[in-house]
Amino acid sequence: MSELRELYQQVILDHHKKPRNFRKLAEPTGAAEGYNPLCGDRVSVELELADGVIREVAFQGTGCAISRAAASVMTSEVRGKTPEDALALFERFRAMVTGDAEADPEAGDRLAVFAGVREFPARVKCATLPWHTFNAALSGATEPVSTE
Amino acid sequence: MSGRRATAAWDVERVRKDFPILHQEVHGRPLAYLDNAATSQKPQVVLDAILGYFTQDNANVHRGVHRLSERATEAYEGARGRIQRFLHAADPREIVFVRGATEGINLVAFTLGRQVVGAGDEVLITGLEHHSNIVPWQMLCEERGATLRVVPIDDAGAVPLEAFERLLGPRTRLVAVAHVSNALGTVLPVRAMIQAAHREGVPVLLDGAQAVAHMRVDVQELDCDFYTFSGHKVFGPTGIGALYGKAQWLERMPPFQGGGDMIKSVSFEKTVYNDVPYRFEAGTPHIAGGIGLGVALEYLEGLGLDRVAAYEHELLAYGTAALEAVPDVRLIGTARDKASVLSFVVEGVHAHDVGTILDREGIAVRTGHHCAMPVMTRFGVPATTRASLAFYNTREEIDRLVAGLARVREIFG
Repeated sequence: MSELRELYQQVILDHHKKPRNFRKLAEPTGAAEGYNPLCGDRVSVELELADGVIREVAFQGTGCAISRAAASVMTSEVRGKTPEDALALFERFRAMVTGDAEADPEAGDRLAVFAGVREFPARVKCATLPWHTFNAALSGATEPVSTE
Repeated sequence: MSGRRATAAWDVERVRKDFPILHQEVHGRPLAYLDNAATSQKPQVVLDAILGYFTQDNANVHRGVHRLSERATEAYEGARGRIQRFLHAADPREIVFVRGATEGINLVAFTLGRQVVGAGDEVLITGLEHHSNIVPWQMLCEERGATLRVVPIDDAGAVPLEAFERLLGPRTRLVAVAHVSNALGTVLPVRAMIQAAHREGVPVLLDGAQAVAHMRVDVQELDCDFYTFSGHKVFGPTGIGALYGKAQWLERMPPFQGGGDMIKSVSFEKTVYNDVPYRFEAGTPHIAGGIGLGVALEYLEGLGLDRVAAYEHELLAYGTAALEAVPDVRLIGTARDKASVLSFVVEGVHAHDVGTILDREGIAVRTGHHCAMPVMTRFGVPATTRASLAFYNTREEIDRLVAGLARVREIFG
């Protein structure tokens, strides 16, 4: 039970039900499509970069609670950051959900709610798909991102 | 069965004893294996046959004059005979060993398909095919400048015969359809479809991957031109399967792959191909797999396919009623004629979340698009949860599935 509750924390379920920044941007400067062929999850990420700072990030798509919540939390967390800081956040997130690193013990790490994902190896890709897609949007990729 | 209910004598607990893998715990709960459409479990007799082959008879087939090679050849060719009788084919020469149904379909597409499909011609499939019965035909059509036509399915997930007949046209050169849908469990009206195609002189391939474990198949009675299935879905090993083809077709088809075993003589100027079915079996085959498959079919026939079908239908009816009673659960695929597949969506919860929660209850189901993405598109869902039953499943396991869905609701609210 504990592992399931750890995975499906209230914060994750809340983001799943009411995703933040679930919309299209008026004038995105970067965009990318992400796709997990294994489960059919699709996510599109748009962002607006100005003066070296991510001003806006939004996403759309269909997916499980984990991928939707991961996208929702991600959009909230990277806004206002430089691309470098945002990508450092991605690396920390990736390390945490794959079990390569512990969650940041500092108080206020809002990504820590995804620490439970490591106990569910089949679900790691659900959590990282939005981040990979965000990364592609930053670097101006034209091909859809695939987790395979 | 003589009027008696066939299931009255079905002792599921005794049958379960034949499958060692079923007796284990997953996440501290007894395993409820409800993913049989993905792959089925193997009875002890199949495991024994494979081990016995490797410990006593292992040798290459069709070559050696030594005793082991003779025994291996005898066992392997004996399995071919077993497959012939299982499918009720007229002649063992009509049975080609393949890796699985996917290879069986590709074999026909790239031999007969290349012979009979030309520019402007059509290949006809249905809207509920597995990707393996879509993509080879797409590749063939692209290569030949032909068109792939798709018979639409109705809201219940059935294939209306009239819709099939409407699309069967003067340019149709091949028909390839599932006997049973993997994603929905729909049993297609294949007998009538074959008759209609034959009236137009069009050969028909049946993808039997989801059928052979659940019903008696008689290729002569069906009068299909080709029938293919995978061993691992019918309680045999992975990597082996069979393609049945009417001798009249196989005789006129060119080889699929070149190599050893498929030739009579080779020189740098000219190679003479072997007779059917060996012409289609290049290279050393999966000998242990073929032997294991033969034993699996023998085991299934020993249980009685009519009794298996009767028990599974009762289980399917029980499961259908049980799932229909769960609030917010919608069954996808409600055709009148179905094999033991329960595909469903839980409103507001993605199939993968359902699958993860059920797994923690020890229940193995498939979640996703089931290699049938067009079916998901047709029903407007990204994915479904699929419980697929075998004769060793129980009502208690269905009850646990329903309880697991209550758990899903508890977590997701």
